[in-house]
Amino acid sequence: MNGLEFLQIYWWLIISLIGAILVFMLFVQGGQTFLFCKNLSSYTDLITASLGRKWELTYTTLVLFGGAFFASFPLFYSTSFGGAYWLWMAILLSFVIQAVSYEYRRKKGNIYGAGFYETLLLLNGLLGCTLLGVAVGTMFFGADFTVSKTNLLNPGQPVISQWGPLHGLEAIADWRCLLLGLVILFLARTLGALYLQNNVHADAVFSKNISKKILINGLIFTVLFVAFIVLLLTQRPEYLKNLISLRWFGIMFVIGVVLALIGVYTGAFSKSRNGIWWSGSGTILVILSLLAVAGLNGNSYLPSMTDPASSLTISNSSSSEYTLRTMAWVSIAVPFVVGYIALVWSKMNKGGTTEKDVH
Amino acid sequence: MTELANVVDWSRAQFALTAMYHWLFVPLTIGLAFIVAIMESIYVRTDNPRWKGITKFWMTLFGINFAIGIATGLILEFEFGTNWSNYSWFVGDIFGAPLAIEGIFAFFLEATFVAVMFFGWNKVSRKFHLVSTWLVAVGVSLSALWILVANAWMQNPVGMEFDPAQMRNVMSNFTEVAFNSVSMNKFFHATTSGWCLAGVFVAGVSYWMIWRKRNTDDARLSMKVGCWVGLAGIFFTIWTGDGSAVEVARVQPMKLAAMEGLYDGGYGQSLVGFGILNPDKQPGDSLPAMFAEMSIPKGLSILANHDMNSFVPGINDLLKGYEYEKDGSIIKIEGVDTKIERGKAAIEALRQFGIARENGDSVAMKTAYTKLTKDYDCFGYGYLSSPEKAVPPVGLTFYAFRIMVMAGGFILVWLFASLLMSYKYPKWLGNRWICLVGILSIPVVWICSQAGWIVAEVGRQPWVIQNLMPTNAAISAIPASNVQTTFWIFAALFTALLIAEVSIMLNYISKASQKPFA
Repeated sequence: MNGLEFLQIYWWLIISLIGAILVFMLFVQGGQTFLFCKNLSSYTDLITASLGRKWELTYTTLVLFGGAFFASFPLFYSTSFGGAYWLWMAILLSFVIQAVSYEYRRKKGNIYGAGFYETLLLLNGLLGCTLLGVAVGTMFFGADFTVSKTNLLNPGQPVISQWGPLHGLEAIADWRCLLLGLVILFLARTLGALYLQNNVHADAVFSKNISKKILINGLIFTVLFVAFIVLLLTQRPEYLKNLISLRWFGIMFVIGVVLALIGVYTGAFSKSRNGIWWSGSGTILVILSLLAVAGLNGNSYLPSMTDPASSLTISNSSSSEYTLRTMAWVSIAVPFVVGYIALVWSKMNKGGTTEKDVH
Repeated sequence: MTELANVVDWSRAQFALTAMYHWLFVPLTIGLAFIVAIMESIYVRTDNPRWKGITKFWMTLFGINFAIGIATGLILEFEFGTNWSNYSWFVGDIFGAPLAIEGIFAFFLEATFVAVMFFGWNKVSRKFHLVSTWLVAVGVSLSALWILVANAWMQNPVGMEFDPAQMRNVMSNFTEVAFNSVSMNKFFHATTSGWCLAGVFVAGVSYWMIWRKRNTDDARLSMKVGCWVGLAGIFFTIWTGDGSAVEVARVQPMKLAAMEGLYDGGYGQSLVGFGILNPDKQPGDSLPAMFAEMSIPKGLSILANHDMNSFVPGINDLLKGYEYEKDGSIIKIEGVDTKIERGKAAIEALRQFGIARENGDSVAMKTAYTKLTKDYDCFGYGYLSSPEKAVPPVGLTFYAFRIMVMAGGFILVWLFASLLMSYKYPKWLGNRWICLVGILSIPVVWICSQAGWIVAEVGRQPWVIQNLMPTNAAISAIPASNVQTTFWIFAALFTALLIAEVSIMLNYISKASQKPFA
């Protein structure tokens, strides 16, 4: 393995890790989908106070995911974002409407009323999770695109990446991608309920209702997840091969699934508030292993259905060795960043979110 | 108009829309973060609860503005991929790095500590809270640093080389990319203009409170901090603006010529202080460039080169090519038509390189690479259909520059006067007309700030990357109608959010100022 190959793998693992953390952090979006639930409607202020202290971390992780992908695998950025235009635009719009909603919801003079901003939060929760899942689905099940770098030589039509005419809408209509979208949505809802159970200190009715949410959403997620895994391993057998040959990722995947299920069980049936940490760490392990094997062993992480030669692999889409190495030095700062986030998280979450925090 | 031209125009319009909306909020965030941190520092040092109240008041306004700045910023980052996909490949190896570093170093700092800043008053110690507030201010400026490094690199592409096998540019020197004189000037110019804007905002709101006789003691204290920060900001902005002018003259002479409406340059060139452009004027014709003008003799030569007798080229000179004398030697500069020929030769050499590479012909590869290297500095000109396409919109750039300078001059005088009145003539602050000017200075500083960006971004057209890639080669392969649709969606959404933001701010200022902040 030469230096460039090592760095390509290193950065693919970093991207996979950021993607995994992003999926975990979608608990904020998942929690937002409970805003209009009948049996939680009297806790709307508590829920938004709790999630409102964390939404920026999810948002920042999404931005970092985009920035890191751009820096390390620019051909993906160029091909997927420029091609699946509507899909990515819909994702971005769903996040834009979230950014102001927590801050403006209860402010006087907000013009549109609290209900409007709560609806935006709900839309962000539903669409953000589902569409991100659909976008990642194109990485597993492929998309209609071609890449021809020689187009640059033609000033009349210089664009190198060409996508199908629906520009991402076809991915939403693809039931396999949509299935992954629903997996992510119900995973986020499960994690959201687990986080609220951990962080919101309210009455027994809240605890009972939130436990029920954990159980129902956890069960739906489990069924959808099993269906997705069966589909993936049968339609793209190279994933099974990679999970076996790269056995550490296979083991990580299995451990992750077990941890996620322990978290759901803990949240639904025990009095412990720690289910989020079980399921959260399980989520990170599962997503990390799936994304990692998507790009390793020469696998194409964005297969082209139109022209297999255009499929993106970590070797044909990466930045240069110099850039990857420079960025690798920068990535040394990540543990420091994680450290101060953990410190602040623990300080701010001490005692949980109570009625006092609402006001 | 062809479909390609349509896509280019709508993609530019969408990027301009999102960038200008984003820049409505960002400078206030940059400056107000520092002002709030200074106010909180005074509170911690003096233990005076009044300063805690003042800090919380401005912090709330900071929060309202911060949220919408984040919302508009997300779109900008991803638009490089969605609307400028060719660009993302052509220079992604270089351009992506600052964006990733911005995420790692700046955004997490902001996102983590802003939660402490707003919700941590009763959860962490006073010192921890103060450190958090300062870290947010540092994070905001760090964020500005990296995105401005990226922007500056587009206007002055250095620290890279072209990889013909991959058909893209690759980074060869990170330090040169990040810390060249253009990027540093741009960073300090943009961030200190944010201090100035926030200072004027704080002073303007304080004037309103004094005028309406609401909580005037807190307003007067706030005004002093706002004026000091604003004045420091405008001084640095002018200083770095002078540096920027020298850099523009060096790396983007066409932008400077457009800023001045200068068609035929010369030695000891005068600077147009005020002028009315002839809208029918075209490069190469004999029409006068101005209907009327008031000029400062030799001003442009001083501004561009810090030398009152130096040569400054005009648009016609740059299009046709010119020569000038410097330090006893004659320097020849080629015209755009020659550059277009060289750009086409570079594209052809790249084609030949690809063919030779496919055939495994290493000799032909070397020959093609030598030709490519010789003309690569003009690569982007090969995409231009005529020399006139290298000229940016002169009218918009010219007037925006004058608006920026005049508004900036007013702000400098006004902040100085306000500070003087705050300390020496406090009674004057209650004068109705002075208050009115103070309030009206708020929109003036925003117009100044937006005009600055128009000069920077419109003036560099048609280049996405100076001399290497014009906008028409940088786009994504999407129908113009799709971009048009998202343009209107963003326009409606951002306008709706802006209305909400302004309404919330006005409501809050009105309500909170009815009693002492503490």
